[in-house]
Amino acid sequence: MLTALLLCALALLAVAGLAALGRGGERRGAALATAAVYGGCLAVSTLAFALALAALLGGVTSGLTLPLGLPWLGAHFRLDALSAAFLVLVSLGAAGASFYALGYGRHAEAPLRVLPFYPLFLAGMLLVPLADDAYAFLLCWELMSLASWALVLAEHRPAENARAGFLYIVMASFGTLALLLAFGLLAGPEGRYAFAAMRVGDHAPLTSALVLALALLGAGSKAGLVPLHVWLPLAHPAAPSHVSALMSGVMTKVAVYAFIRIVFDLLGAPAWWWSVPVLTLGASSAVLGVLHALTEGDLKRLLAYSTIENIGVVFIGLGLALAFRADGHLGAAALALVAALFHAFNHTLFKSALFYGAGAVLAATHGERDIERLGGLIHRMPVSSAAVLVAAMAAAALPPLNGFASEWLAFQAILVSPDLPQWALKFLIPTVGTLLALAAALAASCFLRAYGIAWLGRPRSAAAAEAAETDRFSGAAMAGFAVLCVLFGLFPGAAVDALAPVTERLVGARMPAQLGEAWLSIVPIADSRSSYNGLLVFLFVVASAVIAAAAIHRLASRALRRAPPWDCGFPRLAPSMQYTGASLSQPLRRVFGPVVFRARETVEMPPPGSVAPARIVRERRDLAWEFLYAPVGRAVGRAAELLNHLQFLTIRRYLVFVFLSLVLLLLGLGLWS
Amino acid sequence: MVLIGELAAQAAQMLLVLLVAPLLTGLVRKVKARLQRRRGPPLLQPYRDLRRLIGKEVVLAENASWLFRVVPYLVFSATWVAAALVPTFATGLLFSWTGDLIAIIALLATARFLLQLAALDIGTSFGGIGASRESLIASLAEPATIMIVFTIALIAGSTQLSHIAAFMGSEQVGLRVSLAFALVALVIVAIAENARIPVDNPATHLELTMVHEAMVLEYSGRHLAMIEAAASVKLLFHLSLIACIFFPFGLAQEGRDLLAYAAGAGLWLAKLAAGGVLLAMFETSIAKMRVFRVPGFLGAALMLGLLATLLLFISRSL
Repeated sequence: MLTALLLCALALLAVAGLAALGRGGERRGAALATAAVYGGCLAVSTLAFALALAALLGGVTSGLTLPLGLPWLGAHFRLDALSAAFLVLVSLGAAGASFYALGYGRHAEAPLRVLPFYPLFLAGMLLVPLADDAYAFLLCWELMSLASWALVLAEHRPAENARAGFLYIVMASFGTLALLLAFGLLAGPEGRYAFAAMRVGDHAPLTSALVLALALLGAGSKAGLVPLHVWLPLAHPAAPSHVSALMSGVMTKVAVYAFIRIVFDLLGAPAWWWSVPVLTLGASSAVLGVLHALTEGDLKRLLAYSTIENIGVVFIGLGLALAFRADGHLGAAALALVAALFHAFNHTLFKSALFYGAGAVLAATHGERDIERLGGLIHRMPVSSAAVLVAAMAAAALPPLNGFASEWLAFQAILVSPDLPQWALKFLIPTVGTLLALAAALAASCFLRAYGIAWLGRPRSAAAAEAAETDRFSGAAMAGFAVLCVLFGLFPGAAVDALAPVTERLVGARMPAQLGEAWLSIVPIADSRSSYNGLLVFLFVVASAVIAAAAIHRLASRALRRAPPWDCGFPRLAPSMQYTGASLSQPLRRVFGPVVFRARETVEMPPPGSVAPARIVRERRDLAWEFLYAPVGRAVGRAAELLNHLQFLTIRRYLVFVFLSLVLLLLGLGLWS
Repeated sequence: MVLIGELAAQAAQMLLVLLVAPLLTGLVRKVKARLQRRRGPPLLQPYRDLRRLIGKEVVLAENASWLFRVVPYLVFSATWVAAALVPTFATGLLFSWTGDLIAIIALLATARFLLQLAALDIGTSFGGIGASRESLIASLAEPATIMIVFTIALIAGSTQLSHIAAFMGSEQVGLRVSLAFALVALVIVAIAENARIPVDNPATHLELTMVHEAMVLEYSGRHLAMIEAAASVKLLFHLSLIACIFFPFGLAQEGRDLLAYAAGAGLWLAKLAAGGVLLAMFETSIAKMRVFRVPGFLGAALMLGLLATLLLFISRSL
């Protein structure tokens, strides 16, 4: 099974090679290449999905060492429950994106800037969870990073894309560096680079703390944890939409995988305080991410900010699992870990569908991403609008959809936590719970705004008024993922049970089996504590709605007359008089903005009698950027300026420098021994 | 046979909730009118309003989408199901485990989300203003509710309403600071969620102060009837919730005979009436606040909820 999965990755590399060889000068060649590459990727990732699912459900564990990479090490690959779970997620997202791209990819302006890198990206993401030594892991990780960087720069002409690409490569390199150092510390002075050797070695508390910090930096920067998130809302939207879906929905999860692999698996038994930074970062990411999304006007960037929120939720679950595991509450740890993993999976489902929807909007309106210039798409794009509505409700964590099921599990995990003995956690966890609830409520407002402004109402621009339904592949991909969102909301027990081998492997316990429960409810701990049945809630709601509608139509009245909108008698409504996205979020911006973004609004009213226009200026600042990145950037610039002088010296001075450094080195060597 | 009995009890609860809800709304209106020295509409007026609206033709805005026409039924049924999952006259009914308190709260959030979407569908400015203010209220009221749920769940060791009610009815509870906090917070949230004074005014005719009414401005006929019914059921939901958590005496538990059910139902009606009268008195005695005072009002509920939860994390006996 492992071999087959590796062959899948190899096949993707081969597809990439073929795509790079092709010369798509003429249009027909490009269309053919598009269909061939995405079709190939679809076939391979569907196969990989089947294999990974079989491995997860069958409990397959196998290892393999190939004579590649470092000569004394070889390349180790291993398939266990954790990697199988993440491979299911990766390959499902990849299959969906490839299918979507069969239609959407035809809109690409320069397909050859996308086609070779797309399979490479997929191969990187498939290989990372399989890697079983530090060298192979980092190699695949870099393959994933660089391929996605190339995809971010697929449309490299706009200045903002170039900036996004630059910021992304800097942050990706920084993240890889942090992971490299983490693996270095784990490997120890003897150089145990294979994961199997790291697992059995024991680590000093200081080393463990450093590895945890480095893992948070390395994996967290790729996943988009605040304050390492600044690149994400720029880079994810810059790529073509199917790649955005992969980067937001799948690549961030590969980063989550890296964190789990290092912290839960390689680092050994956790100390209780490890959960503190994880919970703090997770909770702040959840709230800040959604607040940014709530005030963002760019459709794709809004989705990218919402990714930060969801990654925050996942990390809250992971932090809880660490705390429970350290204190020996293994059942609760399993519950928290399942909540995190299930939410990661759910996020892949709804975020993919949402990005597909954004891509469909882009294709239909010739690249309109500003929600203030959209509107009324529900009339012109019926299939997409229904699919995106389901995905948006899932992202808003509303029952009976899947996003709610996983957040419900996270809340249940928080409710078990008063048993923890540490005082810091007793104060931290309720606060985290509040922030989680706040993030969920704000997410509902955020997606209300995203959907209500972009898809409902009346068109605010000519492009939106002339939009047409998307192609069949895109529509089917979107609808498929929306259906999955519903299914996992109705039957969350299936996902919980499938994740049991992962929690058994990582925390040594599992949640009670769910599929045997009456009526397919989920019962995380015991019947008397809590239970939730998405299926019955859904059936009850639908049944009573249908009964009410049927009864009223049959017994009372079914008459209907179309008329102009009432609007309290206000005549002749122009589309520009609708509420805009900015005005819809104004109350929340006013409540949270001054604290979180140092936001300011200044209104300039002309004096009475003047015909000058009134102005409103909104200002929003990203404090992480101002206080963390800008100073570092300035310091690097200043250092470079200083060092620049070294380039213009005379030969004598260079000789002096060489001599001095030689003396210093020898001195150091002498003193050392 | 037992199953049929249980099904009947569950169905009775569902119907009871639906039938009593307009009466409660009528009661609150009547008491308010009397307190303002008006005679007020008769108690049964809400039923007549609903019948009249159901029989009327729908005047639908020209650019309304399918969503606008579906939402009233969904909002109604989601609110109805949520209200039917709260124990009214008995605990442990057949489907009481379908959703716990968190799920019930979230189900109401679904209803609200759909209604806000419908408000934006026509593309009028009043719909927008209603949706926008509603999302401000919801974003603070929902976390506050979750905190209240946490408090109660930590005391009762369960988020299942039947178990909570049974626990709260037992001797183990005693007097607790956290419960007092939770009760105050829940009352604040209930006032905000039901668009009552001082957060919103259900009888308003001044457009600029409307929240809930602005959202449903474009609805007419049977659609409006569904939304009005949902609003009544929602008020009943919150009063039943407070009654079942904080005043659970009289709920039929183990006995399961018709007499216990009838006694429970009678007591429940009395509790609802008391709650309705108190609400009307509170509303009459206070002025509506500006929209941007609402975050402070709801923030108090959030803080009380958080404080109560923190107290319980520190000691289970507080």
